[in-house]
Amino acid sequence: MTTLTHLQRLEAESIDIMREAVSESERPVMLYSIGKDSSVMLHLALKAFYPSKPPFPLLHVDTTWKFREMIEFRDTIARKHGLDLMVHINPEALAMGINPFTHGSAVHTDTWKTEGLKQALDKHGFDAAFGGARRDEEKSRAKERIFSFRSAQHRWDPKIQRPELWRLYNARKNKGESMRVFPLSNWTELDVWQYIYLEKIPIVPLYFAQERPVVVRDGALIMVDDDRMPLAPRETPMMKRVRFRTLGCYPLTGAIESEADTLPAIIQEMLLAKTSERQGRVIDHDSTGSMEKKKQEGYF
Amino acid sequence: MGHVSGPIAGNIEQYLRSHEHKSLLRFLTCGSIDDGKSTLIGRLLYESTLLFEDHLAALEADSRKLGTQGGDLDFALLLDGLIAEREQRITIDVAYRFFSTDRRKFIVADTPGHEQYTRNMITGASNADAAVILVDARKGLLPQTRRHSYVVSLIGIRKVALAINKLDLVEYSKAVFDRIAEEYRAFAQAVRLTDVVCIPLSALRGDNITAPSANTPWYQGPTLMRYLETVGIEDAAQSGPFRMPVQWVNRPNSDFRGFSGRVVGGSVRPGDRIRVLPSGRESTVARVVTGDRDLNLAVAGQSITLTLADEIDISRGDMLSTADAPAGVADQFEATIIWMSEDAMLPGRPYLLKIGAKTVGVALAPPKYRVNVNTLEHLAAKTLELNEIGVCNLNLDQAIAFDSYKENRDTGGFILVDRRTNNTIGAGLLHFALRRSQNIHWQAIEVNKRAHAALNEHQPCVVWLTGLSGAGKSTIANLIEKRLHALGRHTYLLDGDNVRHGLNRDLGFTEADRVENIRRVAEVARLMVDAGLIVLVSFISPFRAERRMARELVETGEFYEVFVDTPIGVAEQRDTKGLYKKARRGDLKNFTGIDSPYERPENPEIRIDTTAMSAEAAAEQVVAHLRAAGVLGPLNPS
Repeated sequence: MTTLTHLQRLEAESIDIMREAVSESERPVMLYSIGKDSSVMLHLALKAFYPSKPPFPLLHVDTTWKFREMIEFRDTIARKHGLDLMVHINPEALAMGINPFTHGSAVHTDTWKTEGLKQALDKHGFDAAFGGARRDEEKSRAKERIFSFRSAQHRWDPKIQRPELWRLYNARKNKGESMRVFPLSNWTELDVWQYIYLEKIPIVPLYFAQERPVVVRDGALIMVDDDRMPLAPRETPMMKRVRFRTLGCYPLTGAIESEADTLPAIIQEMLLAKTSERQGRVIDHDSTGSMEKKKQEGYF
Repeated sequence: MGHVSGPIAGNIEQYLRSHEHKSLLRFLTCGSIDDGKSTLIGRLLYESTLLFEDHLAALEADSRKLGTQGGDLDFALLLDGLIAEREQRITIDVAYRFFSTDRRKFIVADTPGHEQYTRNMITGASNADAAVILVDARKGLLPQTRRHSYVVSLIGIRKVALAINKLDLVEYSKAVFDRIAEEYRAFAQAVRLTDVVCIPLSALRGDNITAPSANTPWYQGPTLMRYLETVGIEDAAQSGPFRMPVQWVNRPNSDFRGFSGRVVGGSVRPGDRIRVLPSGRESTVARVVTGDRDLNLAVAGQSITLTLADEIDISRGDMLSTADAPAGVADQFEATIIWMSEDAMLPGRPYLLKIGAKTVGVALAPPKYRVNVNTLEHLAAKTLELNEIGVCNLNLDQAIAFDSYKENRDTGGFILVDRRTNNTIGAGLLHFALRRSQNIHWQAIEVNKRAHAALNEHQPCVVWLTGLSGAGKSTIANLIEKRLHALGRHTYLLDGDNVRHGLNRDLGFTEADRVENIRRVAEVARLMVDAGLIVLVSFISPFRAERRMARELVETGEFYEVFVDTPIGVAEQRDTKGLYKKARRGDLKNFTGIDSPYERPENPEIRIDTTAMSAEAAAEQVVAHLRAAGVLGPLNPS
């Protein structure tokens, strides 16, 4: 008898989920956010459909405020695997010049990401969208289904979720409705890192410690990634050896001081860390249950 | 972070290597908040590795604000995720929690314990390898303990730890522990749970969670964590015969044709002889392909792609199975059904059934019995309500490959889906195929439908008039029949009221009876089509699902749905039979349009707006449509 390791079981489950979603939808898409979870999800998709290419495009909902290294990485990866990459930039947010400095993180995230995502899904008529969210990230995620139903208005209703038994996923929906599908639901942050290490999956260099120009804002280390960032009169960027535990819009993503410049060192640091991963993201802190509310409105 | 920081800080690469080989245990916890279930899970997370300082800080703050432990850490608060749950201090939904030790990664399905959440518990149990059932040492075994044990056994979990909790509140009494453990073992035997370990605990104080407690020197067994780290994860399916439902046909180019799926039983190697079900064709495995490399062996649990030596027709939903011990194929079954919808089960209504990668139509017979989940008694039942468990016969609209659930959870477990709402409304466990469908063969009658039809000028068909009471269906149906009769066409009119005086005299107007009413009429209409007639059916037939069933009973092109579209206000004003008045007074229950829904046809062949045309014109419209469709055959000028 062969006992599969925990990573083998997780991998097989994720592949199973992706194949099922592709078979039961008309127009699937993978939400590609360029972070480590997206990297793992893409790696699994390449395996799931081999020797075919993943039968869906990648969609990046860009905010124009991502780290420059993320965009470079995104384009390199898409080219390397010959994947169909679609980038959506909310034209209204662009016209209004929405940015985190003048509009605040809530408006920024809602307009660029939540609205932008809905626009892209509607525009292309995607009826199943893969996301890299994990159940260990946040309390309301712990109760979300792997195949998570969305109304025609993209809303999630936590009270009428479909029971999900065995490996049987109910992906049926009416026209206009859609599914968000989370192949990494049962992975933890440690699983993701361990898998990246074992499978040698490329990730954005921002995860590794390096000298970078940062300023201190509200107690967080913010990297000055380009000259659009307004600096206060006596605020001068200083070079610090930092890295990022999570990636997003650079003005909203706090760095940590670190010496970890290899995967084992990152994993070691993570295991010894004192704060959990989402702490670095500003959007979760608004109020208790804030992620649940955002998700009801259509946020991933 | 607790006890693991030593090796991590020391040699991380060695630590990572050792963690590559960890196994994964999925388990279920059963109990209600009073048993300390959330406290227990919170404690397991706390004692293992995965509580970060910001989680702890939030927990401390929440414990002061909402806690029940007088300012001490209230681990239960770690778990209740949804806003409604935090407000009501209960767990409503299934939540999945994760922790790991040096030996294993764990996924805990945290499910509510009350009877009204049985469906959630079954959902959590469906993927679990083991179960932890909690009892409060002060209260001993309760009806819910029996219910939880029954459900765990039903769903096929064999490994059970009985966590006798709150032992601190009975002074760590060995006598109390022994009494409960003994009583439970007797009960467990009755529900065929044979692999039971009883553990004395205090989740709140941490006794026997990770380290043996000094308070229970009389207990020599494993701590809960030790039990979870060592309990066997034997996948019964892995030792069984090879099974793989085909999820996706992998065809990157004309040189490669593979069949992708997850092995759910046994194992497979290149050279193995396999049989494709339900078709029964056989071939030999050429390659076992994965994204990494070709394998010499794949086992249950792995997702793979197979190529075969022969080009045979295989599509999604088929099952690949070893040729030596193939799965069964049938279209009628006995099964245990767990009902999960607020709307009660309707015997006879066409639902969908998903098993493996296959979705088929299904109708359920009235339950043979339902089970009182607290006493295990069998009770008479006409239907199943939310959270009820019963045994029914199923009738599928096509044959599927299967094993009994006892032999294989994945090839014997299914879900039921409502055709209209698309919700998952139930789950089921296949027992066995009914002999009936194999023994009662359809008599091959030589004078068949075509022969009957050949004597007539017309093509047989069903003209199905649907609409509200008082919409004008019967009047229009009568006029149509008169016209067709005058043209020399053989017809018969089945009228709702008339049929209820005879064939359907035993049926009332509940939703279940309405479904059965339509089922019988649809079957009669089918027989009449077989006899070569043009059958006019004039029934309110308010539900789409039954109209679709009637349509699917006859061949494509033999069914004409006529929507007699009269607004409820107009129908009520006409009220030719005085029924709307009665319904408004409350003397007539379940009246369509008043307190029972009418689902408008989405794509009827013919729609008649009775506010815009007379009954005569409507009848003419239908006859013209039938003529244009070629149903009426060559017509002499009339």
